[in-house]
Amino acid sequence: MSRPEHLAPPEIFYNEDEAKKYTTSTRIATIQAEMSARALELLALPENESMYILDIGCGSGLSGEIIEEEGHYWVGLDISDSMLDLAVEKDLEADLFLQDIGHGLGFRPGTFDGAISVSVLQWLCNADKKINRPLYRLQRFFSTLYSALRRGARAVFQFYPENDDQVQMILSTAMKCGFTGGLVIDFPNSKKAKKQYLCLFAGSAPGSARSQKLPAAQGIDGEFSAPNSLRTTTRNPKKKGQNRTPVKSKDWILQKKELNRSRGDKPVPHDSRYTGRKRKTKF
Amino acid sequence: MRLITHNMLKCHVRGCDDSSKNFPLEIQDAQLEQIEAEKNDAFLVRMFPRLEWNALVSTAKNLSINNLPEKIPENIEEDQALLEILHTVLLETNVKEGRMVCRGCGHIYAIKNSVPNMLLAEHEI
Ligand SMILES: C[S@@+](CC[C@H](N)C(=O)[O-])C[C@H]1O[C@@H](n2cnc3c(N)ncnc32)[C@H](O)[C@@H]1O
Ligand SMILES: [Zn+2]
Repeated sequence: MSRPEHLAPPEIFYNEDEAKKYTTSTRIATIQAEMSARALELLALPENESMYILDIGCGSGLSGEIIEEEGHYWVGLDISDSMLDLAVEKDLEADLFLQDIGHGLGFRPGTFDGAISVSVLQWLCNADKKINRPLYRLQRFFSTLYSALRRGARAVFQFYPENDDQVQMILSTAMKCGFTGGLVIDFPNSKKAKKQYLCLFAGSAPGSARSQKLPAAQGIDGEFSAPNSLRTTTRNPKKKGQNRTPVKSKDWILQKKELNRSRGDKPVPHDSRYTGRKRKTKF
Repeated sequence: MRLITHNMLKCHVRGCDDSSKNFPLEIQDAQLEQIEAEKNDAFLVRMFPRLEWNALVSTAKNLSINNLPEKIPENIEEDQALLEILHTVLLETNVKEGRMVCRGCGHIYAIKNSVPNMLLAEHEI
Protein backbone atom coordinates (compact mmCIF):
# COMPACT_ATOMS: atom_id res chain seq x y z
CA MET A 1 0.00 0.00 0.00
CA SER A 2 1.42 3.35 -0.89
CA ARG A 3 1.33 5.88 1.92
CA PRO A 4 0.26 9.36 0.92
CA GLU A 5 2.05 10.79 3.95
CA HIS A 6 5.33 9.70 2.34
CA LEU A 7 4.61 11.65 -0.81
CA ALA A 8 4.20 15.21 0.43
CA PRO A 9 3.18 17.25 3.49
CA PRO A 10 -0.60 17.10 4.00
CA GLU A 11 -1.31 20.69 2.98
CA ILE A 12 0.48 19.97 -0.32
CA PHE A 13 -0.85 16.44 -0.84
CA TYR A 14 -4.46 17.52 -0.27
CA ASN A 15 -4.41 20.22 -2.91
CA GLU A 16 -7.49 21.25 -4.85
CA ASP A 17 -7.41 18.24 -7.18
CA GLU A 18 -6.78 15.64 -4.53
CA ALA A 19 -9.34 17.21 -2.18
CA LYS A 20 -11.96 17.01 -4.91
CA LYS A 21 -11.08 13.45 -5.85
CA TYR A 22 -11.17 12.43 -2.21
CA THR A 23 -14.47 14.08 -1.47
CA THR A 24 -16.41 12.98 -4.55
CA SER A 25 -15.45 9.31 -4.33
CA THR A 26 -18.46 7.37 -3.01
CA ARG A 27 -16.14 4.54 -1.99
CA ILE A 28 -14.13 6.84 0.25
CA ALA A 29 -17.25 8.56 1.57
CA THR A 30 -18.71 5.21 2.59
CA ILE A 31 -15.61 4.02 4.41
CA GLN A 32 -15.05 7.35 6.17
CA ALA A 33 -18.70 7.49 7.24
CA GLU A 34 -18.51 3.99 8.71
CA MET A 35 -15.31 4.69 10.59
CA SER A 36 -16.62 8.02 11.85
CA ALA A 37 -19.76 6.36 13.17
CA ARG A 38 -17.65 3.74 14.90
CA ALA A 39 -15.37 6.39 16.40
CA LEU A 40 -18.41 8.26 17.70
CA GLU A 41 -19.77 5.04 19.16
CA LEU A 42 -16.47 4.47 20.97
CA LEU A 43 -16.78 7.94 22.53
CA ALA A 44 -19.67 6.48 24.54
CA LEU A 45 -21.52 9.78 24.84
CA PRO A 46 -24.72 9.99 26.84
CA GLU A 47 -27.74 9.30 24.69
CA ASN A 48 -30.11 11.93 23.36
CA GLU A 49 -27.96 14.86 24.34
CA SER A 50 -26.23 17.31 22.05
CA MET A 51 -22.51 17.38 22.76
CA TYR A 52 -19.69 19.72 21.78
CA ILE A 53 -17.26 17.63 19.72
CA LEU A 54 -13.88 18.26 18.15
CA ASP A 55 -13.08 16.69 14.77
CA ILE A 56 -9.30 16.56 14.39
CA GLY A 57 -8.24 16.60 10.73
CA CYS A 58 -11.82 17.08 9.60
CA GLY A 59 -10.91 17.42 5.92
CA SER A 60 -13.88 18.12 3.70
CA GLY A 61 -16.32 17.18 6.44
CA LEU A 62 -17.02 13.52 5.67
CA SER A 63 -16.52 12.66 9.33
CA GLY A 64 -18.21 15.84 10.56
CA GLU A 65 -21.38 15.09 8.66
CA ILE A 66 -21.81 11.99 10.79
CA ILE A 67 -21.28 13.99 14.00
CA GLU A 68 -23.90 16.44 12.79
CA GLU A 69 -26.39 13.73 11.90
CA GLU A 70 -26.16 12.54 15.48
CA GLY A 71 -27.28 15.96 16.62
CA HIS A 72 -23.98 17.19 18.02
CA TYR A 73 -22.23 20.52 17.63
CA TRP A 74 -18.73 20.29 16.26
CA VAL A 75 -15.52 22.14 15.62
CA GLY A 76 -13.21 20.94 12.85
CA LEU A 77 -9.48 21.47 12.40
CA ASP A 78 -7.52 20.81 9.24
CA ILE A 79 -4.24 21.87 7.69
CA SER A 80 -5.44 21.72 4.08
CA ASP A 81 -7.29 24.80 2.89
CA SER A 82 -8.54 22.93 -0.19
CA MET A 83 -10.20 20.33 2.00
CA LEU A 84 -11.67 23.06 4.22
CA ASP A 85 -12.98 24.94 1.18
CA LEU A 86 -15.04 21.89 0.30
CA ALA A 87 -16.28 21.61 3.87
CA VAL A 88 -17.33 25.27 3.83
CA GLU A 89 -19.24 24.72 0.58
CA LYS A 90 -21.30 22.00 2.24
CA ASP A 91 -22.80 24.53 4.59
CA LEU A 92 -22.25 22.32 7.61
CA GLU A 93 -23.16 23.61 11.04
CA ALA A 94 -19.60 23.64 12.24
CA ASP A 95 -16.76 25.96 13.10
CA LEU A 96 -13.78 25.22 10.91
CA PHE A 97 -10.18 26.20 11.55
CA LEU A 98 -7.12 26.09 9.33
CA GLN A 99 -4.70 24.54 11.76
CA ASP A 100 -1.67 22.30 12.04
CA ILE A 101 -2.46 20.04 14.98
CA GLY A 102 1.28 19.54 15.49
CA HIS A 103 1.39 23.21 16.59
CA GLY A 104 -0.94 22.39 19.47
CA LEU A 105 -4.53 23.47 20.07
CA GLY A 106 -5.69 26.71 21.63
CA PHE A 107 -8.88 25.71 23.41
CA ARG A 108 -9.55 26.62 27.01
CA PRO A 109 -9.45 23.78 29.57
CA GLY A 110 -12.51 21.54 29.58
CA THR A 111 -14.02 22.81 26.35
CA PHE A 112 -15.02 19.60 24.56
CA ASP A 113 -17.18 16.60 25.49
CA GLY A 114 -15.19 14.42 23.14
CA ALA A 115 -12.94 14.33 20.09
CA ILE A 116 -12.76 12.11 17.06
CA SER A 117 -10.17 11.90 14.33
CA VAL A 118 -10.53 9.75 11.24
CA SER A 119 -7.53 8.71 9.12
CA VAL A 120 -5.27 11.54 10.30
CA LEU A 121 -2.86 10.56 13.09
CA GLN A 122 -0.36 8.74 10.86
CA TRP A 123 0.30 12.09 9.17
CA LEU A 124 1.59 13.52 12.41
CA CYS A 125 4.30 10.88 12.70
CA ASN A 126 5.98 12.00 9.55
CA ALA A 127 8.99 14.29 9.46
CA ASP A 128 7.83 15.86 6.23
CA LYS A 129 9.74 19.07 6.80
CA LYS A 130 13.08 19.75 8.42
CA ILE A 131 11.45 21.70 11.23
CA ASN A 132 8.87 19.00 11.92
CA ARG A 133 10.03 16.76 14.73
CA PRO A 134 7.30 14.11 15.11
CA LEU A 135 7.83 13.44 18.79
CA TYR A 136 7.74 17.10 19.66
CA ARG A 137 4.64 17.61 17.53
CA LEU A 138 2.85 14.64 19.09
CA GLN A 139 3.67 15.95 22.54
CA ARG A 140 2.42 19.42 21.78
CA PHE A 141 -0.72 17.97 20.24
CA PHE A 142 -1.63 15.47 22.97
CA SER A 143 -0.89 17.82 25.87
CA THR A 144 -3.06 20.61 24.47
CA LEU A 145 -5.78 18.12 23.50
CA TYR A 146 -5.82 16.67 27.02
CA SER A 147 -6.42 20.10 28.41
CA ALA A 148 -9.11 20.96 25.84
CA LEU A 149 -11.20 17.94 26.86
CA ARG A 150 -13.50 17.73 29.87
CA ARG A 151 -12.34 15.34 32.56
CA GLY A 152 -13.67 11.91 31.71
CA ALA A 153 -14.09 12.76 28.03
CA ARG A 154 -12.65 10.52 25.36
CA ALA A 155 -10.69 11.05 22.18
CA VAL A 156 -10.95 8.32 19.55
CA PHE A 157 -8.59 8.15 16.60
CA GLN A 158 -9.04 5.78 13.70
CA PHE A 159 -5.62 5.69 12.05
CA TYR A 160 -3.31 3.71 9.81
CA PRO A 161 -0.11 3.16 11.76
CA GLU A 162 2.87 2.35 9.60
CA ASN A 163 4.47 -0.05 12.08
CA ASP A 164 4.60 -1.01 15.76
CA ASP A 165 7.20 1.61 16.57
CA GLN A 166 4.80 4.28 15.43
CA VAL A 167 2.02 2.85 17.59
CA GLN A 168 4.35 2.78 20.58
CA MET A 169 5.52 6.35 19.99
CA ILE A 170 1.93 7.56 19.81
CA LEU A 171 0.76 5.59 22.83
CA SER A 172 3.65 6.50 25.09
CA THR A 173 3.40 10.18 24.17
CA ALA A 174 -0.34 10.20 24.88
CA MET A 175 0.23 8.53 28.25
CA LYS A 176 2.93 11.06 29.15
CA CYS A 177 0.40 13.79 28.48
CA GLY A 178 -2.01 12.28 30.99
CA PHE A 179 -4.23 10.06 28.88
CA THR A 180 -5.09 6.47 29.66
CA GLY A 181 -6.57 3.99 27.23
CA GLY A 182 -5.28 1.87 24.40
CA LEU A 183 -5.97 0.36 21.03
CA VAL A 184 -9.23 -1.20 19.93
CA ILE A 185 -8.74 -3.34 16.86
CA ASP A 186 -11.87 -4.31 14.95
CA PHE A 187 -11.71 -7.40 12.75
CA PRO A 188 -7.99 -8.01 13.40
CA ASN A 189 -7.87 -11.12 11.26
CA SER A 190 -9.39 -9.63 8.20
CA LYS A 191 -7.04 -7.83 5.91
CA LYS A 192 -9.84 -5.75 4.48
CA ALA A 193 -12.05 -5.07 7.49
CA LYS A 194 -9.30 -4.56 10.09
CA LYS A 195 -9.48 -1.10 11.61
CA GLN A 196 -7.47 0.38 14.45
CA TYR A 197 -8.89 2.86 16.92
CA LEU A 198 -6.81 4.59 19.53
CA CYS A 199 -9.18 5.23 22.46
CA LEU A 200 -7.90 7.79 24.91
CA PHE A 201 -9.49 8.83 28.19
CA ALA A 202 -8.83 12.27 29.63
CA GLY A 203 -9.01 11.29 33.30
CA SER A 204 -12.34 10.48 34.89
CA ALA A 205 -15.31 12.70 35.48
CA PRO A 206 -15.46 14.27 38.94
CA GLY A 207 -17.38 12.01 41.30
CA SER A 208 -16.88 8.87 39.25
CA ALA A 209 -14.45 6.72 41.19
CA ARG A 210 -13.93 3.92 38.75
CA SER A 211 -11.41 4.21 36.01
CA GLN A 212 -12.47 3.90 32.40
CA LYS A 213 -12.45 0.56 30.66
CA LEU A 214 -11.37 0.03 27.10
CA PRO A 215 -14.43 -0.71 24.96
CA ALA A 216 -14.78 -4.12 23.30
CA ALA A 217 -13.69 -4.48 19.72
CA GLN A 218 -15.82 -5.91 16.95
CA GLY A 219 -15.32 -9.27 15.31
CA ILE A 220 -12.96 -11.09 17.66
CA ASP A 221 -12.57 -13.56 20.52
CA GLY A 222 -9.08 -13.09 21.89
CA GLU A 223 -7.93 -10.43 24.29
CA PHE A 224 -4.40 -9.73 25.40
CA SER A 225 -2.43 -7.14 27.27
CA ALA A 226 -0.06 -4.72 25.69
CA PRO A 227 2.85 -3.08 27.53
CA ASN A 228 2.56 0.21 29.37
CA SER A 229 -0.58 -0.90 31.16
CA LEU A 230 -2.29 -0.44 27.84
CA ARG A 231 -4.69 -3.01 26.73
CA THR A 232 -5.52 -4.01 23.25
CA THR A 233 -8.92 -5.42 22.53
CA THR A 234 -9.59 -7.32 19.39
CA ARG A 235 -12.41 -9.32 17.90
CA ASN A 236 -12.67 -12.12 15.40
CA PRO A 237 -14.75 -11.40 12.34
CA LYS A 238 -15.61 -15.04 11.68
CA LYS A 239 -17.48 -15.67 14.90
CA LYS A 240 -21.18 -16.02 14.27
CA GLY A 241 -23.63 -13.65 15.82
CA GLN A 242 -21.01 -11.08 16.72
CA ASN A 243 -20.69 -9.88 13.22
CA ARG A 244 -22.68 -6.74 13.59
CA THR A 245 -23.01 -4.12 10.94
CA PRO A 246 -21.48 -0.80 11.87
CA VAL A 247 -23.92 1.57 13.61
CA LYS A 248 -24.30 3.47 10.46
CA SER A 249 -23.56 1.49 7.37
CA LYS A 250 -23.88 3.16 4.04
CA ASP A 251 -27.32 1.63 3.67
CA TRP A 252 -28.35 3.00 7.01
CA ILE A 253 -27.25 6.48 6.07
CA LEU A 254 -28.78 6.36 2.63
CA GLN A 255 -31.96 4.98 4.07
CA LYS A 256 -32.08 7.72 6.65
CA LYS A 257 -31.46 10.37 4.06
CA GLU A 258 -34.09 8.87 1.81
CA LEU A 259 -36.51 8.80 4.69
CA ASN A 260 -35.75 12.37 5.58
CA ARG A 261 -36.18 13.43 2.01
CA SER A 262 -39.53 11.74 1.66
CA ARG A 263 -40.67 13.17 4.97
CA GLY A 264 -39.35 16.53 4.05
CA ASP A 265 -39.37 17.69 7.67
CA LYS A 266 -35.67 17.43 8.35
CA PRO A 267 -32.72 18.97 6.59
CA VAL A 268 -30.70 16.36 4.70
CA PRO A 269 -26.92 16.64 4.43
CA HIS A 270 -24.99 16.34 1.20
CA ASP A 271 -27.59 18.27 -0.69
CA SER A 272 -26.40 20.92 1.73
CA ARG A 273 -27.99 20.61 5.11
CA TYR A 274 -29.56 24.00 5.28
CA THR A 275 -30.14 24.87 1.69
CA GLY A 276 -32.92 27.03 3.02
CA ARG A 277 -31.06 28.41 6.01
CA LYS A 278 -31.47 32.10 6.28
CA ARG A 279 -28.27 34.11 6.08
CA LYS A 280 -27.85 37.75 6.80
CA THR A 281 -24.62 39.63 6.50
CA LYS A 282 -23.85 42.51 8.83
CA PHE A 283 -20.89 44.83 8.76
CA MET B 1 -16.86 30.70 13.37
CA ARG B 2 -19.72 31.00 15.83
CA LEU B 3 -19.26 33.18 18.88
CA ILE B 4 -19.64 30.20 21.21
CA THR B 5 -16.43 28.74 19.83
CA HIS B 6 -14.64 32.09 19.92
CA ASN B 7 -15.36 32.09 23.66
CA MET B 8 -13.44 28.81 24.00
CA LEU B 9 -10.42 29.98 22.04
CA LYS B 10 -7.17 31.33 23.40
CA CYS B 11 -3.86 32.05 21.72
CA HIS B 12 -1.77 28.91 21.19
CA VAL B 13 1.54 30.55 20.37
CA ARG B 14 4.20 28.81 22.43
CA GLY B 15 5.05 30.72 25.57
CA CYS B 16 2.03 33.01 25.29
CA ASP B 17 0.71 31.78 28.62
CA ASP B 18 -0.52 34.87 30.44
CA SER B 19 -4.19 34.00 30.76
CA SER B 20 -5.14 37.62 31.40
CA LYS B 21 -3.88 38.47 27.88
CA ASN B 22 -4.08 35.36 25.67
CA PHE B 23 -7.86 35.28 26.06
CA PRO B 24 -10.18 36.44 24.62
CA LEU B 25 -8.71 37.05 21.20
CA GLU B 26 -9.82 40.48 20.10
CA ILE B 27 -12.00 40.43 17.00
CA GLN B 28 -11.23 43.27 14.60
CA ASP B 29 -12.69 44.48 11.30
CA ALA B 30 -15.37 41.86 11.53
CA GLN B 31 -17.94 41.07 8.93
CA LEU B 32 -20.66 39.14 10.71
CA GLU B 33 -23.18 36.75 9.32
CA GLN B 34 -26.37 35.57 11.01
CA ILE B 35 -27.04 31.95 10.09
CA GLU B 36 -30.25 30.40 11.29
CA ALA B 37 -29.79 27.43 13.62
CA GLU B 38 -32.17 25.07 15.31
CA LYS B 39 -33.06 26.11 18.85
CA ASN B 40 -31.55 23.91 21.52
CA ASP B 41 -32.07 25.17 25.07
CA ALA B 42 -30.72 22.00 26.66
CA PHE B 43 -27.40 22.45 24.87
CA LEU B 44 -27.14 26.11 25.89
CA VAL B 45 -27.88 25.27 29.51
CA ARG B 46 -25.20 22.57 29.45
CA MET B 47 -22.62 24.85 27.81
CA PHE B 48 -23.37 27.85 30.00
CA PRO B 49 -20.95 26.96 32.83
CA ARG B 50 -18.14 26.65 30.25
CA LEU B 51 -18.56 30.22 29.06
CA GLU B 52 -16.32 33.04 30.22
CA TRP B 53 -19.10 35.53 30.72
CA ASN B 54 -17.07 38.74 30.90
CA ALA B 55 -15.18 37.83 27.75
CA LEU B 56 -18.45 37.09 25.99
CA VAL B 57 -19.97 40.42 26.99
CA SER B 58 -16.92 42.43 25.97
CA THR B 59 -16.55 40.56 22.67
CA ALA B 60 -20.24 41.07 21.89
CA LYS B 61 -20.10 44.78 22.71
CA ASN B 62 -17.11 45.16 20.50
CA LEU B 63 -19.29 43.75 17.69
CA SER B 64 -22.15 46.14 18.61
CA ILE B 65 -24.18 43.38 20.21
CA ASN B 66 -25.44 45.07 23.34
CA ASN B 67 -28.25 42.89 24.65
CA LEU B 68 -26.30 40.64 27.01
CA PRO B 69 -26.56 41.35 30.77
CA GLU B 70 -23.31 42.60 32.32
CA LYS B 71 -23.68 40.42 35.38
CA ILE B 72 -23.44 36.69 34.97
CA PRO B 73 -27.05 35.49 34.89
CA GLU B 74 -28.47 32.84 37.19
CA ASN B 75 -31.03 30.11 36.55
CA ILE B 76 -30.83 30.58 32.83
CA GLU B 77 -32.94 27.47 32.20
CA GLU B 78 -35.94 29.42 33.46
CA ASP B 79 -35.18 32.58 31.54
CA GLN B 80 -36.72 32.13 28.08
CA ALA B 81 -35.88 35.66 26.99
CA LEU B 82 -32.22 35.21 27.85
CA LEU B 83 -32.06 31.78 26.19
CA GLU B 84 -33.40 33.41 23.06
CA ILE B 85 -30.67 36.03 23.15
CA LEU B 86 -27.97 33.47 23.91
CA HIS B 87 -29.16 31.34 21.01
CA THR B 88 -28.85 34.25 18.60
CA VAL B 89 -25.52 35.47 19.92
CA LEU B 90 -23.73 32.15 20.53
CA LEU B 91 -25.11 29.80 17.91
CA GLU B 92 -26.28 32.05 15.08
CA THR B 93 -23.75 34.86 14.97
CA ASN B 94 -20.77 33.95 12.79
CA VAL B 95 -17.62 35.89 12.06
CA LYS B 96 -17.20 35.62 8.33
CA GLU B 97 -14.26 37.91 7.65
CA GLY B 98 -11.88 39.84 9.85
CA ARG B 99 -9.15 38.89 12.26
CA MET B 100 -8.44 37.92 15.84
CA VAL B 101 -5.57 39.57 17.65
CA CYS B 102 -3.82 38.26 20.75
CA ARG B 103 -3.30 40.95 23.38
CA GLY B 104 -0.40 38.94 24.78
CA CYS B 105 1.95 38.27 21.89
CA GLY B 106 0.29 40.30 19.15
CA HIS B 107 -0.27 37.33 16.82
CA ILE B 108 -2.90 38.04 14.20
CA TYR B 109 -5.22 35.21 13.23
CA ALA B 110 -6.87 36.15 9.94
CA ILE B 111 -10.43 35.00 9.27
CA LYS B 112 -11.40 34.32 5.67
CA ASN B 113 -14.62 32.79 4.39
CA SER B 114 -15.57 31.99 8.01
CA VAL B 115 -12.35 30.02 8.62
CA PRO B 116 -9.76 31.42 11.05
CA ASN B 117 -6.16 30.74 10.09
CA MET B 118 -4.50 29.30 13.20
CA LEU B 119 -1.20 28.38 11.54
CA LEU B 120 1.85 29.60 13.42
CA ALA B 121 5.25 30.73 12.24
CA GLU B 122 8.33 28.66 12.96
CA HIS B 123 9.40 30.83 15.89
CA GLU B 124 5.98 30.50 17.52
CA ILE B 125 5.86 26.70 17.82
C1 LIG C 1 -7.65 11.01 4.89
S1 LIG C 1 -8.08 12.68 5.26
C2 LIG C 1 -9.43 12.45 6.43
C3 LIG C 1 -10.40 13.60 6.48
C4 LIG C 1 -11.66 13.35 7.29
N1 LIG C 1 -11.37 13.10 8.69
C5 LIG C 1 -12.44 12.20 6.68
O1 LIG C 1 -12.66 11.22 7.39
O2 LIG C 1 -12.82 12.29 5.54
C6 LIG C 1 -6.74 13.22 6.26
C7 LIG C 1 -6.83 14.67 6.67
O3 LIG C 1 -5.86 14.95 7.68
C8 LIG C 1 -5.41 16.27 7.50
N2 LIG C 1 -4.14 16.46 8.20
C9 LIG C 1 -2.98 15.81 8.01
N3 LIG C 1 -2.02 16.29 8.83
C10 LIG C 1 -2.59 17.28 9.56
C11 LIG C 1 -2.09 18.18 10.55
N4 LIG C 1 -0.82 18.16 10.95
N5 LIG C 1 -2.96 19.09 11.09
C12 LIG C 1 -4.25 19.12 10.67
N6 LIG C 1 -4.76 18.30 9.74
C13 LIG C 1 -3.94 17.39 9.17
C14 LIG C 1 -5.31 16.38 5.99
O4 LIG C 1 -5.25 17.71 5.55
C15 LIG C 1 -6.56 15.63 5.53
O5 LIG C 1 -7.64 16.49 5.35
ZN1 LIG D 1 -0.54 35.16 21.96
